[in-house]
Amino acid sequence: MSYLVPPGLYAIGMPGAEAPVVVTANYKMSYDIVRSELAGRSVWLLVLETFGINVWCAAGKGTFGTDEVVRRVQATGLDSVVSHRQLLLPILGAPGVAAHAVAKRTGFRVRYATIRAQDLPAFLDNGMVATPAMRQLTFTVAERLILTPIELVSSVKWAVPFTVALVLLTGLSGLGFSLTTLLPVIVACVGTVLAGAVVAPVLLPWLPGKSFAVKGAEVGFAWAAILTWWRSEGLAWHDTMILFLAVPAVSAFLSLNFTGSTPFTSRSGVKKEMRLSLPVMAAALVVALIVWCAGRVF
Amino acid sequence: MNGFTYLANVATLQLDRETCIGCGMCVEVCPHQVFALERRKAEVRSLDNCMECGACAVNCPVSALTVDAGVGCASGLINEWLASINVRKTGSGCC
Repeated sequence: MSYLVPPGLYAIGMPGAEAPVVVTANYKMSYDIVRSELAGRSVWLLVLETFGINVWCAAGKGTFGTDEVVRRVQATGLDSVVSHRQLLLPILGAPGVAAHAVAKRTGFRVRYATIRAQDLPAFLDNGMVATPAMRQLTFTVAERLILTPIELVSSVKWAVPFTVALVLLTGLSGLGFSLTTLLPVIVACVGTVLAGAVVAPVLLPWLPGKSFAVKGAEVGFAWAAILTWWRSEGLAWHDTMILFLAVPAVSAFLSLNFTGSTPFTSRSGVKKEMRLSLPVMAAALVVALIVWCAGRVF
Repeated sequence: MNGFTYLANVATLQLDRETCIGCGMCVEVCPHQVFALERRKAEVRSLDNCMECGACAVNCPVSALTVDAGVGCASGLINEWLASINVRKTGSGCC
């Protein structure tokens, strides 16, 4: 399946020379959303070549950028299609596009319209003036939940082999391969991934602290506590210790990775957080491993 | 952004008010309402809301703004770091 739309100038409705020009990326989802939001109107849609990447990420990479806007305006002969000299860009495209440079090179004035495509109709009806709400980023529970599969899918790569290895070790260590001995291992592993990659992101604004790693560790500690309580009889002291070391460390790492899915974490902030938290996570895992080995020996 | 603030006092955003011509472009492009116009000059109102996207610096016609822009993304930074020690070839971010 292809997620690319050929770049170029598209007509929505029956646009004339006066119709506004809305600029977007050639990621199929961006294109489809903009088109459906503007359905029933007559608007020109200038689709940039961002190689199937959304506006925000493409702006960060520079493909949704000044050069591409200039190239696309020239390639489509936009100046002979419309009589005005104005382009409407998504606000989240601004990190890649220098409005003054586009004006200098094409004669077209860049206006940053709204953050969300769904606000475009209201923006156009409002005399092309953005209200504060149209410039305001949001990060609701639904918006956070929708992003969690990214981390889940990428964690499957190491979480599944790790869980299988742990199940094999548990089975081979004399406990045998029965559901009662293996189920707790699987529940613990799956739960840890869910704690860091789903629960922490969803509870993000309510978890104490500002650091994502700390928030993830908090959920991890809660999960370790639940596991300890659930298995209170069958758990040796060293297993309890391993749970409280390894589960928060893994959960913290997964939550830290969620910074990439949020619209408010800064590069300097993530750098600082990584510098402080990665050594702690690594140390916790090393100690857990030592305790595990010691528990098998003694 | 209501309800969400990240680590305090880390943003590298800097505004040179001497150079600023008060065009208001930074106010228009900032998705976190970091700026406000005050006596025909831009002013940094809430530095801790800055996510260092770089939109203001790119769109400032007189280069009065500087920021160490980039993606605030742990896996992107890990990839950059791995690339810098030649473990992984590509150094680009996460999305």
